[in-house]
Amino acid sequence: MIIRSRRNRRAALAAPLALALAAGLMACAGGGSSSSEKVTDLTLIAANSPWTEGLKTLATKYEDETGVKVNLEFYGNEQLNDTLKVKLNAQSSDFDIYGYQVQDVMREFSRNGWLADMTDYVKSDADWNWDDFQQSSRDAVTLDGVVYGVPVMTERHIMYYRSDLLEAAGIPVPTTLDELDAAAAKLNDPAKGFYGIAMRGSKVPLVTQFSSFLYSYGGDFQDKDGNASVDTPEAKDAYAFYGKLLKDYGPPGATNMGWPEASAIFAQGNAAFYLDADSQAYTFLDPASSAVVDTVAYGAFPAGPAGSHPYSIVPQTVGINEYSKKKDAAWEFIKWVTNEENSKTLLADDTVPSARDSSWADDAATASFPAGLVEIVRNSEGTVGHDRPQLEKVAQAREIVGAPAISAIEGGDVDSAADKANTDFQDLLDGEK
Amino acid sequence: MTTTSHPSYLAPKRRRGSGLTTWADRHIKWLFTAPAIVFVALLIIFPIAYTVFLSFTDSASSVTRPFKFVGFENYATWLTDFERFWPAVGRTAYFTITALVIELVLGLAIALLLRKTFRGQSIVRVFILLPLVATPVAVGMMWLLIFEPSIGFANVLMKSLGLPAQLWLSGTDTALNTIVFIDVWQWTPMVILILLAGLSTLPEEPDEAARVDGANAWQRFRHITLPLLMPTLAAAAILRSIDAMKTFDIIYATKGRTGGSNNEAETLNMLAYNESFGNSQYGSAAALLMLFLMFIIIILTALTILRSKGHRA
Repeated sequence: MIIRSRRNRRAALAAPLALALAAGLMACAGGGSSSSEKVTDLTLIAANSPWTEGLKTLATKYEDETGVKVNLEFYGNEQLNDTLKVKLNAQSSDFDIYGYQVQDVMREFSRNGWLADMTDYVKSDADWNWDDFQQSSRDAVTLDGVVYGVPVMTERHIMYYRSDLLEAAGIPVPTTLDELDAAAAKLNDPAKGFYGIAMRGSKVPLVTQFSSFLYSYGGDFQDKDGNASVDTPEAKDAYAFYGKLLKDYGPPGATNMGWPEASAIFAQGNAAFYLDADSQAYTFLDPASSAVVDTVAYGAFPAGPAGSHPYSIVPQTVGINEYSKKKDAAWEFIKWVTNEENSKTLLADDTVPSARDSSWADDAATASFPAGLVEIVRNSEGTVGHDRPQLEKVAQAREIVGAPAISAIEGGDVDSAADKANTDFQDLLDGEK
Repeated sequence: MTTTSHPSYLAPKRRRGSGLTTWADRHIKWLFTAPAIVFVALLIIFPIAYTVFLSFTDSASSVTRPFKFVGFENYATWLTDFERFWPAVGRTAYFTITALVIELVLGLAIALLLRKTFRGQSIVRVFILLPLVATPVAVGMMWLLIFEPSIGFANVLMKSLGLPAQLWLSGTDTALNTIVFIDVWQWTPMVILILLAGLSTLPEEPDEAARVDGANAWQRFRHITLPLLMPTLAAAAILRSIDAMKTFDIIYATKGRTGGSNNEAETLNMLAYNESFGNSQYGSAAALLMLFLMFIIIILTALTILRSKGHRA
């Protein structure tokens, strides 16, 4: 038996509910707004990021210019996902715009009917210029030809290193993974509480950072037909290498570390290398939380046997709630906040890595970005547009493909762990067909 | 008799014909309790009934998507899952029992110490209660920092005492015990509070009589104070065991959504959270929660029977 609609159940429930609450709550029940009414306020919810920091200023500016107040609600990444799932399952219209992680939820949310189709919106205004967004970013927010959001941030995998230590030890900046391995080995000094490298080692968070290693070894999570491919020799080598770095030169307790924990080790001056997203650069440049403000430097992701293939992704996208009653007004705000001028402002004032080519071509806008990092951003050769398995059940897939890395870090049997992961991952993929 | 005229609805004689008024008069007890009944139905019965309903479906991703009834399939899947489900049951039981025993013993000891009046008693009591008022997530974050293996305070202390550094929360074998420690730190004060209240109501005569008869301190505690305190102790145990079984915040804050890289701290509550909010498998998560609820009911029933037997004995 298949239940197609739950509206009848809802209506049946709504009747006694309405009766019971009628007397007390009549005043609170706001009238449903029709599209012809003038919109005076919008609500945006998103996960904390440099972009949301910049948004606080821009929202005030937007209210001054247009009279439309934009209410902002920010959460942590996981809390945002929880909130979105609760509200959207209830078909809530109490927010209009939401930020989301394309690769985590776009497939699931669009199939649930939770994301408004923005294809016509983005092509509606030539001056706003959708084509100015990087090709890879536009691809990232498009699924089966439908555009579900506007990318507001980009992110690449880079190598943070301590220039002072490398110089003192006479080590050139590693350009290959083998050189990185050698350099980390040389600088590693656990007796003094100093470690060669810090990276994510916790099963689920590490998947995205492992991806660049996987690609640079010539592998991927899925082959070109979309089937599981984490048991290939390339993938097994990549798992073993990632695990070896953390096992031999990483801090103790690495398997409990996401980026906040791993970056803290580097920021405290207790690690020589830190490989993670370039959008974290600001955490090392804040003297309040970083002991490496003057000694941190940035390098491109080192090349593996198949070359240097770091991910280059869109971590933050804004879309429109399908249940919103103010879609047109929501689009007007998105269009304004992502226009060329504001993208440059966000890059200059809040170091938000823009998804627009025009922002990066503007030397004044990129001046705030740390030297050395701009060149890496401008050179997008060899980058890969995804950093995790591509399917609807991403959360389950991440647990599965992260497990062999844990085996590697703990010195276990990587090969059999990768074989098991591949079988489980394929089962998950088959279940979605 | 008064002569003032009453409004018609207060007239002693009921008028026939006015349907609504008559109906309301006849069903007055239902009418007055209706708000409370509706409230209970909405906030307690509906969520449970809906969870039961979901647990027999394969609802996933969005509850508005089409779904099928799958009977007891979700339950069967969990009960035969020896990779995640049964280890989580084991961890939940281990966590609850260990934390409960330590908290009761420690709580009783401290309550007995605080029972006697001494100088600065109120200050000591306030200090002991501080962990209780702290937000669990903040507590989790604080201990996460303290137990950080390379830059945390716990290992600095261990090293200064000449002891080997530990992995604490980061270790596969040590994580759950460390979380038990955090739970003990946070919740022993509540046990102390309950037991102090119980101790203050105990009559003094039996104790004095025993003293006159020459009983020593241990004998008086073992044969007089403890039996008299039993009902309070049982109340504290039931309250704490329910709370400990459904512990979520400190585990989530210290070990993340999957309870660690090897799921080493994944209890039933964590598993259900991951299944619903992480994996969006609402049907399967609902079945898990129903199983969890059944476990709790079985244990509480067993405890209640044991208690009543104890009373009779």
